[in-house]
Amino acid sequence: MSRHRHSPKVVTANSLLEGDTVWLTADDRWTRNISEAEFLEDEAVAEDRLLFAISQHDIVVGAYLADAASSGNGPVPVHVRETLRTKGPSNYFHGKQQREQPLALASHFERA
Amino acid sequence: MYQYSEFDDAFVRERVAQFRAQVERRIDGSLTEDEFKPLRLMNGLYLQLHAYMLRVAIPYGTLNSVQMRQLAMIAERWDKGYGHFTTRQNIQFNWPRLADTPDILDALADVEMHAIQTSGNTIRNVTADHFAGAAADEIADPRPVAELIRQWSTDHPEFQFLPRKFKIAVTGSPNDRAVTRAHDIGLRMIRNEAGEAGFEVIVGGGLGRTPMIGKVIREFLPRADLLPYLEAIVSVYNALGRRDNKYKARIKITVAENGLDEFRARVDTRFRHLRSHFRGADQAMLERIERAFAPPAFRSAPLGRYETVRETDPAFRSWTDANLAPHRAEGYAIVTVSLKAHGATPGDATSGQMRALADLAERFGHDELRISHEQNVILPHVHRSDLPEVHSILGEHGLATANVGLISDIIACPGMDYCALATARSIPIAQEIARRFDALKLEHGIGELKIKISGCINACGHHHVGHIGILGLDRAGVENYQVTLGGDGTETAAIGERAGPGFPAEEIVPAVERLVHAYLDLRSGRRETFLQTYRRLGIGPFKAALYPERVDANAA
Repeated sequence: MSRHRHSPKVVTANSLLEGDTVWLTADDRWTRNISEAEFLEDEAVAEDRLLFAISQHDIVVGAYLADAASSGNGPVPVHVRETLRTKGPSNYFHGKQQREQPLALASHFERA
Repeated sequence: MYQYSEFDDAFVRERVAQFRAQVERRIDGSLTEDEFKPLRLMNGLYLQLHAYMLRVAIPYGTLNSVQMRQLAMIAERWDKGYGHFTTRQNIQFNWPRLADTPDILDALADVEMHAIQTSGNTIRNVTADHFAGAAADEIADPRPVAELIRQWSTDHPEFQFLPRKFKIAVTGSPNDRAVTRAHDIGLRMIRNEAGEAGFEVIVGGGLGRTPMIGKVIREFLPRADLLPYLEAIVSVYNALGRRDNKYKARIKITVAENGLDEFRARVDTRFRHLRSHFRGADQAMLERIERAFAPPAFRSAPLGRYETVRETDPAFRSWTDANLAPHRAEGYAIVTVSLKAHGATPGDATSGQMRALADLAERFGHDELRISHEQNVILPHVHRSDLPEVHSILGEHGLATANVGLISDIIACPGMDYCALATARSIPIAQEIARRFDALKLEHGIGELKIKISGCINACGHHHVGHIGILGLDRAGVENYQVTLGGDGTETAAIGERAGPGFPAEEIVPAVERLVHAYLDLRSGRRETFLQTYRRLGIGPFKAALYPERVDANAA
């Protein structure tokens, strides 16, 4: 399969402890902000990064590759489902959209 | 109400202790997710889009005030201050942290509740008519039987790894409010010609991707044969049900592929074998359970201000018209408290609302509450003289919406706002429809109309049995909504017919509006409901209303 058909991806998962949405960064951290995620334009690299993510099973659950597009402010979601995952539900101001402040578990996620 | 025996209490506590250790082992890395997932699912813990979700069983939809207050406390302490009542008489907490879930389960055990078998390929929470024990049309209270089935099915060693999940519903009334024909097994309590109590047993109903109305496998099953007969059905299904294909694993497919006669013959053979193993312990247990469900001491009192307030307060009158149902005791009413304020999330209640409902149940309702599969809360026993005060207190908590059975009393699954399986959002569509018809002030003029919305083909929002059903799908990354018409979840059950191509999110509410206007134009009079008009005229005129451009194109 030719490389140019590969649509760009980010690696995403849910955190083990809180269950919330996280993305894999280029320096092997898990971030709660998709704009910090590693933007994966190469299919083989994406697959490799996914394998790394799956190996982190004591930190995250259910890692997978999600379609993404690039923007001036890092990767952004393409699919409406992924958009909801980056924000939170539409009926309440809960989830990611609710909290800009650092998370209690940030240190856990920043360990490389 | 049933109260836990020492055995029940010890069993639930032990499960919590086991789960606590399992969570600890998952967090310290001793268990992988693959190892942990079946363990958490056995205890009702899912991982959804934004967080874990804990699904707590409310057996046959019955709660007392202490339990409701505990749910309020859990929502406040470990969640975001609200809970979501589901179409299977469960409550879901959308935001618990993994490490907190054993504490939540302990708090539930303190009030005789649990989350066991709210997931997995097991016999799930047994549901019942939410008017059980109160309805004027009831033959017998179905809850003792539902409790017996719960005890039999909980941790039943043979039925922990069925081909697929298994749902049982029981009704004690000829008017089916428990959707028994859309369950794996539906039980209708009936009497035979000799006046003996028994059950009509319905098998193989279900919604999901292959919706089917259940078939009668046994016209009259004597009461004493219930558990051996259920065990025979589930054990035949366990042996015969397909494990090669998840989409063909439900009993409805087993019955369809083998034929009802063949399935029945196998069940009968198995039943003859099992019958002798039940030597009456189950019946003794049922008698004990029945005593726990003795009706409350209804009082005989004048109606007080009820009629006067009805005549002078239009809001109260409208609420009593929409939200009350006939009670078996003179002077009493069944109150349905709507969790569908216009624009609110169907089925959600805040901790404050839960406490208000608990207080009302304690003060005015013989300490009983029910959760309906239509995602409302019931105060089953309220004396009519208390209704003006009840209505006024409900109003203080945003709970006095007079819309039960009307167009804004919408069932909606959590959809893609929460659910990992969903393909589209349900909640915003429900919110918009409710707001739209509230703004049009048409709701009461339209009369009975059930809209049910599912955010994926699994049909938790029961769209197949909605008079208007809406199914949210994913069309190349964009939400798209299909409409089905003429569904019915009652004793005249029917699967709705798909009307045609789906609509984008911004077009679905106008489409529903066209349907409703078509109905208003077509009905023979104010007394003819949407469903009756649909049955009289068929889908044609409604299709024309949904797709006017097609009619124009055909005419051109």
